[in-house]
Amino acid sequence: MLKVILSRFLQLVPVLWVLLTLTFFLTKVVPGGPFSAERQATPEVIAKLNEYYGLDKPVWEQYLAYLSKVIRFDFGPSYTYQSDSVTEVIARAFPISLQIGTLAFLIALLIGITAGTIAAVNKNKVWDYFPMSLAMVGICLPTFVMGPILALVFCLQLKVAPVSGWYGLDYVPLHPAVMPALTLGLFYAANIARLTRGGLLDVLNQDFIRTARAKGLPDHQIIFKHAMRGGLLPVVSFLGPAFAGLISGSFVVEKIFNVPGLGQEFIKSVFNRDYPLILGTVIFFGTLIVIFNLVSDVAQALLDPKSRRSP
Amino acid sequence: MSQTAISFPGARDTGTHAEEAVAGTSLWRDAWYRLQRNKLALSGLVFFLAMTLACGLGPLFTGYTYERTELSLKASAPLQPIIERVGARKAGEPRRDGIALSTLEDEFLDKPEADRQAIAGKIAHGDTYRDSRYTYQLTSRRHLFGTDALGRDLLTRVLVGGRISLAVGFAATLVSVIIGVLWGAVAGFAGGKVDLVLMRVVDVLYALPFTVIVILLMVTFGRNFILLFVAIGAVEWLTMARIVRGQIISLKHQEFVEAAVSLGLSERRIILRHLIPNVLGPVIIYTTLTVPDVMLLEAVLSFLGLGVPPPMSSWGALLDDGARTMETSLWLLLFPALFFSSTLFSLNFLGDGLRDALDPQSSKD
Amino acid sequence: MRRMLVSLIGCAAAVVCCIRLFSTAPASSAASRTLQEADRAKVLLLVSGSEPRTLDPQESQGVLEHHIIIALIEGLVGGDEKDQARCVPGMAADWAHNEDYSSWLFHIGEDRRWSNGDPVTAQDFVFAYRRMLTASFGAAYADMLFILKGAEDYYRGKIKDFGQVGVKALDDHRLQLDFVGPTPYLLSMLQHSAWFPVHPATILKFGNIDTRDSKWTRPENYVGTGPFRIKTWRPNDVIEVERNPYYWDRETVKLNGIKFFAIENEMTQNRAFMAGQLHKTDTVPSDKVAYYRRKKPDLLRIDPYEGVYFYRVNVDRPVLKDARVRLALSYAIDREAICKNILRADQKPATGYTPPGMAGYQPLDKFNFDPDRARRLLAEAGYPDGKGFPKFTILFNTSDAHRTIAEAVQQMWKEELNIDVGLENQEWKVYLDTQNNKNYDISRSAWIGDFMDPVTFLSMWTTGNGNNDTNWGNPQYDRLIDESNHTGDPQKRLQILREAEELFLNEAPVVVVYWYTHDYLIRPSVRNWYPLALDNHNYKFIDLETGAGPEEKGSGRQARH
Repeated sequence: MLKVILSRFLQLVPVLWVLLTLTFFLTKVVPGGPFSAERQATPEVIAKLNEYYGLDKPVWEQYLAYLSKVIRFDFGPSYTYQSDSVTEVIARAFPISLQIGTLAFLIALLIGITAGTIAAVNKNKVWDYFPMSLAMVGICLPTFVMGPILALVFCLQLKVAPVSGWYGLDYVPLHPAVMPALTLGLFYAANIARLTRGGLLDVLNQDFIRTARAKGLPDHQIIFKHAMRGGLLPVVSFLGPAFAGLISGSFVVEKIFNVPGLGQEFIKSVFNRDYPLILGTVIFFGTLIVIFNLVSDVAQALLDPKSRRSP
Repeated sequence: MSQTAISFPGARDTGTHAEEAVAGTSLWRDAWYRLQRNKLALSGLVFFLAMTLACGLGPLFTGYTYERTELSLKASAPLQPIIERVGARKAGEPRRDGIALSTLEDEFLDKPEADRQAIAGKIAHGDTYRDSRYTYQLTSRRHLFGTDALGRDLLTRVLVGGRISLAVGFAATLVSVIIGVLWGAVAGFAGGKVDLVLMRVVDVLYALPFTVIVILLMVTFGRNFILLFVAIGAVEWLTMARIVRGQIISLKHQEFVEAAVSLGLSERRIILRHLIPNVLGPVIIYTTLTVPDVMLLEAVLSFLGLGVPPPMSSWGALLDDGARTMETSLWLLLFPALFFSSTLFSLNFLGDGLRDALDPQSSKD
Repeated sequence: MRRMLVSLIGCAAAVVCCIRLFSTAPASSAASRTLQEADRAKVLLLVSGSEPRTLDPQESQGVLEHHIIIALIEGLVGGDEKDQARCVPGMAADWAHNEDYSSWLFHIGEDRRWSNGDPVTAQDFVFAYRRMLTASFGAAYADMLFILKGAEDYYRGKIKDFGQVGVKALDDHRLQLDFVGPTPYLLSMLQHSAWFPVHPATILKFGNIDTRDSKWTRPENYVGTGPFRIKTWRPNDVIEVERNPYYWDRETVKLNGIKFFAIENEMTQNRAFMAGQLHKTDTVPSDKVAYYRRKKPDLLRIDPYEGVYFYRVNVDRPVLKDARVRLALSYAIDREAICKNILRADQKPATGYTPPGMAGYQPLDKFNFDPDRARRLLAEAGYPDGKGFPKFTILFNTSDAHRTIAEAVQQMWKEELNIDVGLENQEWKVYLDTQNNKNYDISRSAWIGDFMDPVTFLSMWTTGNGNNDTNWGNPQYDRLIDESNHTGDPQKRLQILREAEELFLNEAPVVVVYWYTHDYLIRPSVRNWYPLALDNHNYKFIDLETGAGPEEKGSGRQARH
């Protein structure tokens, strides 16, 4: 097991290298530069800026220079945030995305597993369709529609949550993470509900459940003691990518609720052509995704007796 | 934007080896039977087909085009009575503008409020009203879904937008299915080093932040309709490849395939007759569930201003517009959202239904 | 089944606990308490639009940065409370100019202090202007200082000695500025951040005179001269400023602080205002203007604003080379319909280029909707009824507002002239590149005045100017602009400028669309927020009324339109 984990960790290196290389050259072909502005600077000024940031050198030379810096965990300065390094930007923005992501994750799990379980137990009955439809509302409306609707209800009508901002908010009952997290959580709840239902149905059809039923065990005991463990396996395997997606994919809600998280930073860095910040965030997200995939695989292996025996 | 992971039970033996030729068809018949039992999935299928048909042919019958603007109409609510204002022009034919009853008073802002209301009341009553420049006359014209901010018929735009969204959904899914099935099948069937290399590639790509790459691609290559779905398709095939590979590997070693091999059947025949039908189930299920995912991704791109170029529209772009103006003109959000989510609902239910139907184990209960 | 229920309830309780843990205040208080508390504490809650790129007055380019910087740094003169064309003493206590406005002497007040307690001297200004004019520093607005004698030569490296530039510190408190020509509009121009001082010791502590993006703009390092000093800067969220205890006119300052929230999305801005998180927004979504006008007129204000929205025409494109074609395009636009039906916030159809409101300058009345004339012009140019007219494309940067107008214009040209136009939107940076490389047919543009004089709108159209971007150039136009720079008589000068604009519009390298207004929402508790044509408010005059509930009906004062 430990060996598997270690080898997966080593895989991180080539994965990140490919990711970095791909993104690096992609940013080089993007039209528009970091210093193009409405009120044009003179060509000399642009040249000077390019020289200052090393953008006047041949692309491969820039690439090697960047690579050698990244190895030392130096992601360079951000172009948009004057006087800030990419590391500083990530360090201040990521905790915000993490808080939103974690809360969204909990909300998604709560709604998803509940709905999925109820649905599986009542297969093809009203109580299958109803909770599943409810859970699916989240994936049938894009977050940029769901967000404003929730904002309208909770922030403008009920006035329990702030419409925008993170710091500098006083006298608002709910933490600014709640609304973005709810919007995101609803989105992921549907997938979790579906996986829970599917997983449980698979297990409920298996012989040992039949045996348990035949033995006359009560329903709830069958479900919680026997079925849940196997039935939630697919959910566990989804959790890794989902969690990474929650954190990196939160840019839409961050934009709608105007939260200074990392997702928004990434989008802005792309639109501002802030090359070091683009690369920094992409590498950071990539690392997260690999780690979360790994964690969810390990968790799955631990839960699944079959794969424990033959890793 | 999500990586929809679906669990598939281990490969299914399509029956017992002796009668596998018959079993191949009976699986589908079985599935169809089970699908019919699932009312929700079935209605999902019917609804979805109806929606595709409506979007495909509907715009021909609405009487409006998606790009023709009528500024004076502004965003008028569904079924608002439309008043026609005819004004003389220096030369040529007179100018005709439609004005919604709800905003009619705004045309007489120079008059005191009581007069404005009186005039509007008269016109609404059916009387013709003339002032120095224009003649106002109530018409029988109505817009079923209302009009957007530029006075364009919303019904037409929703249907035309549906074409784009569905086209993007299907084309991108097709791209992802083709790449995914080929990649997975080759990896699974060849095994060994080839498998290792191919699947490492998938692992690497799995680590890419999906949306991030699509956004970078869209910014790099500009807003190109074709590129839109190629880009989306290119990032959505990974799960498909994994599923197909898994299926193929487990099928390879099952008795009925080994029997076929020992019978001396050609490799091509084995793949076509024995492997593909078995893989098809999961592929169909996954495809059904990828389409709504892609449509959502398209919507997000529209939100970021990277969707289809105007005056063309898509459900994503209409939703974005609607979400902006929902406090003042709810219908601009309501109708696109209704079409969009009901389509996504139907596809999701269909996918879930198919999953239940194509899963032979579930037939045992 | 019971156990399932129990565990469900358990899960729900856990989430509720989580949310409670996350919550910052008791659930009973309403969101608008934020406003009441802010009124009481005299902290103004504003919105800065997107995140400011810098707070260095000499590197900044945008209006939004400027709005924050004027709280932190005061120039030689400050903005007047009510009239953008006038000014009040700033760092300069008084000033004088020679007869033809070409030489000015400013007396820096003895009590003027930097926010770290250092005295403000004339030498600080010399340093600041030297920094602006150091080519390697690369200030975007360096050319604004080229009206100083010798400034352009110094910038271009033709003179090495800054002493030869027309900026002299006669002693610690007397600053003399000499200009190449008469500058009757100087006092308005001096309110632009390009003319603001910077603290030399601080700049040099964090780099050289030409170091960009240095750490001096961080909140802990920032030194300014303004009524406020920076307290915190949370990127993409909020910038907080508080009273500057060293400010010379601290008695006048009424607010205890300002919070600038970085809310880019106008919908979110609007929601934040309605939820009681802001005193004022930057803009009102166009679909909501009518709503506020009808339902909440005391919250809505529409002020005049010095800006023009237009389309640049690339005159090097074969089909657009003919001025008659460009004029035809211009006459075929129903500007009134656009203003009335799309924009809806009292924007004026642009009949000329320079917007109204410049003292002594009558805007041109040239372009009215005249489709017959447009068709005639097009026919004269060889395209009767649009026949054979090749397809061209309107370029605009991705935004709903621009898209809507472009769609409307596209349709008007189709209907009136029977010509087919394509639309292409590009993301901002790509759009800028395309426009700068003149790789477009017709491109959406706008220009906002930097100071209250028509030259801020007209100087950009000289041949080869970095902001021209249309390939258009006319030696006579260049001559007229140059002549205006050397004309001492203000009346005559404006006449020359008007002549230049006339010439410019006759050749129509631009298709004007509308003149801006500034529409925004503002709480009644904000006092002394008068309509200003450049929207530069001297925050020291702004006050918040305490006591009055911010949302009480009936207490609403008449909206000042």
